[in-house]
Amino acid sequence: MRNIEITNLETLPGRTIVKHLGMVQGNTVRAKHVGRDIMAGLKNIVGGELTGYTELLTESREESVSRMIEEARALGANAILNVRFSTSSVSAGASELYVYGTAVVVS
Amino acid sequence: MAGLFTFLVLVGLGFFFGRMNEAKHFRSLNAREDELAHITMSNTKQIPDGMTGSAFVHGNVVVSIDYFKRIGAALRGLVGGRMETYTTLLERARREAVLRMKAEAQAGGMTHVANVRLVSASVFTNAQSQIGSIEVFAYGTALK
Repeated sequence: MRNIEITNLETLPGRTIVKHLGMVQGNTVRAKHVGRDIMAGLKNIVGGELTGYTELLTESREESVSRMIEEARALGANAILNVRFSTSSVSAGASELYVYGTAVVVS
Repeated sequence: MAGLFTFLVLVGLGFFFGRMNEAKHFRSLNAREDELAHITMSNTKQIPDGMTGSAFVHGNVVVSIDYFKRIGAALRGLVGGRMETYTTLLERARREAVLRMKAEAQAGGMTHVANVRLVSASVFTNAQSQIGSIEVFAYGTALK
């Protein structure tokens, strides 16, 4: 499987863009977990990091990124440039993690 | 009566442990920032002269405010003005996320992070729809 390079710059150092393949994207919507929420509820009293949620959001972002990579791979790209992330809360307990970028072929 | 007692216990716990946690977190942030000070950052897209290699690096954290501060913030909301409690919450979250990103850059042998972006979202707000916890996500391209 081809390795796809990801960057949030507009170029890759020392490489030139051969072909633009358009925008690629990936998203996931994740709902909170009841077990984690109970722990978070307790943590809410004393403050501090909610490790369970940090992990949940990391996993969700990785999922989005892998979907974006799949899309780029299907187009025949070998790099994704200018990658951006955004988060939006869909409803009280769920949030959407969205990632997008431009698929290109670099030499 | 029992309700009032629970409330006071929660406020008390929040006050003591929240303060302790926050002071501990700030000490840890200062120490790690000194350690990673050699990794420079920029939020421009320019690649500094002679730098090569590129790796996508990121860091995120979800931080929650304590019960005492939440009550304090609710009271502050009545009269308006500067909300010190949320200011420190956001500061902790941003600095932690940036540090995690820098740590990832260091692990990959990189010396600079270009085009740093910070995204924050108040995630999983509680039933009263107050800001309970905040997520900050930092990302950039590491170079060496």
